[in-house]
Amino acid sequence: MSIDTTEKPEPSGGKSRGKASGGERFADWTDGRLGIYSLARANMRKIFPDHWSFMLGEIVLYSFVIIILTGVYLTLFFHPSMNEVEYTGSYVPMQGQLMSEAFNSTMHISFDVRGGLLIRQIHHWAALVFLAGMFVHMMRVFFTGAFRKPREVNWLFGWLLFILGMFTGFTGYSLPDDLLSGTGVRFMEGAILAVPVVGTYLSFFLFGGEFPGGDFVARFYSVHILLLPGIMLGLLAAHLFLVFYHKHTQWAGPGRTNKNVVGMPFLPVYTAKAGGFFFLVFGVISVVAAIATINPIWAIGPYRPDQVSTGAQPDWYMGFSEGLIRVMPGWEVNFWGHTLVLGVLIPLLIFPLVLVSIGVYPFIEAWITGDKREHHILDRPRNAPTRTGLGVAWITLYMVLLVGGGNDLFATHLHLSINAITWFVRVGFFAAPVIAFLVTKRICLGLQRRDRDKVLHGRESGIIKRLPHGEFIEVHEPLAQEALHKLTAHEQYEPAAIAPPTDDNGVAKKLTRGEKLRAKLSRGYYAEGNQIPKPTVQEYEEITSGHGHH
Amino acid sequence: MKKLSARRRHPLAAVVVLLLALAATGGLYAAFAPADKAKAEESAQSLTIEEGKKLYSVGCASCHGTGGQGTTDGPSLVGVGAAAVDFQVGTGRMPAQQPGAQVPKKKNIYSQAEIDQLAAYVSSLGAGPAVPTKKQYDPSGADIGKGGELFRTNCAQCHNFTGKGGALTHGKYAPDLNGVSPKHLYEAMQTGPQNMPSFPDSTMPEKNKKDIIAYVNAVNGDDTEHPGGLELGGLGPVSEGLFGWVFGLGTLIAVAVWIAARTAKAKKS
Repeated sequence: MSIDTTEKPEPSGGKSRGKASGGERFADWTDGRLGIYSLARANMRKIFPDHWSFMLGEIVLYSFVIIILTGVYLTLFFHPSMNEVEYTGSYVPMQGQLMSEAFNSTMHISFDVRGGLLIRQIHHWAALVFLAGMFVHMMRVFFTGAFRKPREVNWLFGWLLFILGMFTGFTGYSLPDDLLSGTGVRFMEGAILAVPVVGTYLSFFLFGGEFPGGDFVARFYSVHILLLPGIMLGLLAAHLFLVFYHKHTQWAGPGRTNKNVVGMPFLPVYTAKAGGFFFLVFGVISVVAAIATINPIWAIGPYRPDQVSTGAQPDWYMGFSEGLIRVMPGWEVNFWGHTLVLGVLIPLLIFPLVLVSIGVYPFIEAWITGDKREHHILDRPRNAPTRTGLGVAWITLYMVLLVGGGNDLFATHLHLSINAITWFVRVGFFAAPVIAFLVTKRICLGLQRRDRDKVLHGRESGIIKRLPHGEFIEVHEPLAQEALHKLTAHEQYEPAAIAPPTDDNGVAKKLTRGEKLRAKLSRGYYAEGNQIPKPTVQEYEEITSGHGHH
Repeated sequence: MKKLSARRRHPLAAVVVLLLALAATGGLYAAFAPADKAKAEESAQSLTIEEGKKLYSVGCASCHGTGGQGTTDGPSLVGVGAAAVDFQVGTGRMPAQQPGAQVPKKKNIYSQAEIDQLAAYVSSLGAGPAVPTKKQYDPSGADIGKGGELFRTNCAQCHNFTGKGGALTHGKYAPDLNGVSPKHLYEAMQTGPQNMPSFPDSTMPEKNKKDIIAYVNAVNGDDTEHPGGLELGGLGPVSEGLFGWVFGLGTLIAVAVWIAARTAKAKKS
């Protein structure tokens, strides 16, 4: 972005051309103090390409705004305290029960504050959509290769936002101090306790003593409404700034190059579209919140450490961690009077690995390709079969673990044995990603072959022609120039060659282990059989020159 | 006597004898039957048991043994009591359709009178909890809040927060409590059918059982109010997450596609 803050624009109201209009004077006044002219000039006409998948991030942004707006309303009535009170509100089946002030005030919001329940439900539904939107947005970026240089850092920002979103969601889910969330907090405490040596200390620091204590709601409240959203707002600003700075990626097409952006200007087209979209997002989430219950704490009841219910799951974004714990065998090691709870510790270690594996992917791919160029044209997922396969494998792993997290409901609703589902998930944890990778890669290669076939032989028209000598052939129509461009615009990497075994002086070089690994991985990505060579100009001309048919 | 013996081959002789015999039986019955009330009731009871035994040998004996002693296919019924029979047969669980991890409830084909006969027979095998009276299980006036607390402490582990049911090991499950009558709820607590532990009056007094029944009726009945809108099965975050993905994000993506398809046309300038 070319914002030069040191250069002040000339005051434009100097010449006497009659009295300027009110708007103009206001613009002058603000420009003289804020320098908005140069800022607006540089950015108002910023061009953005148009595609539905580029609006997934917008869904996320708007649901974040909705969460903040509704969250502020909820803070007006919520009491983050664990003092015990007796419920005297208007929900009859809970009257006379002892509960924390946090739960009591959430009941108050739900039944006795005007619009409170709707706002609570909008807040919670928006949170689910926020996380789901981030997941889909991240996958869009992944599968199209939009994370490549120069956008790796922005990928990391987005990835961090996803992780922080998970924890913000978890702390928010815990605030009402209901039986469901309390069970979730207990689960987390168990995970912390499983950390060797320092686990107990960490737990005592977090809860201010023995679980549950009287502190955690107030502490989670600060984290939920201040600490994490603050960091997220900062990251979000940086994320959007980088989107502006890098300019948006675009799909390949006629007239679109790596050096331009073809689309509509930010003002007025996208501001209007985005503004309208914001209200549509708000509307859809409000409708969902108005018709469907979420987290009915009145049915769940207040948290008491001696109570627990079946079907206690976290919100979906934490579901894969629940799955990890549920399917892990309950292994333990005892030595010198200490217990190492592997049944919890191993899932606790795999949890970050699942997330990190997707977070660091751009750097791994950049290392394998050795590509230092900038990329502003998106890949079609089929044209990067190995990357697409890895992405699908990751999603499959995630989904298998989600099934593990909901194993009890799968058991009751599909009339299966919960033990059978747990074993399915255990095997699936290792096998399903591999199968998904292989299958996806084959599908991608098949699609590449079809593209190649279409380019060289045209579209199957469905018209059968009989030749004079009796042979039947199907007439193929050549593709339009635009379609040809789309199918052939991608570039294909060569597998990284291993450096020559000798240097300039003929001295034998020793290959490092890293170089060997890189060459091997590169062959896995780009060697023959792992991508279908796209048709060359010669091939195309040879076939379309009209000599003979095929 | 001669006259009688001469006519003993008369065609109507057999009819006369039959009439005399009937009169004698009837007369004797009339003479003895009303004499002792208690005796008459006992014979009615034993008749019920007789009837119950017949029903038992048709519907139950193949698994529970001819005398209720139990076989490899079904447990002994000695001492389970009338309440257990009333619950198992009344909810259609027994007679079981097929062996399996758990016997599901199904349409009950016995009349209440037949169930009572079966119950009478089974309780004659050994003493057990009796079928509760309406006064015992009627939840009107019970403390719903207390019932909720008791439910969450004793029942929610398997039956979910509001009795929507849940999974147990190896295909067993705790069923949904929606639509279960107060009597059957009471009997289930009293007798602990299938995988359920029993809560006799010594562990959970009658009053607490009533509280629990009142709570279940309030939160998982047909006229339960759902202030938040659709209940989504009352299953918690799993169904909520699914709904959020499909109807929340799904709709929004459809909206995004719709907006992207309606783009401004660039003016030539």
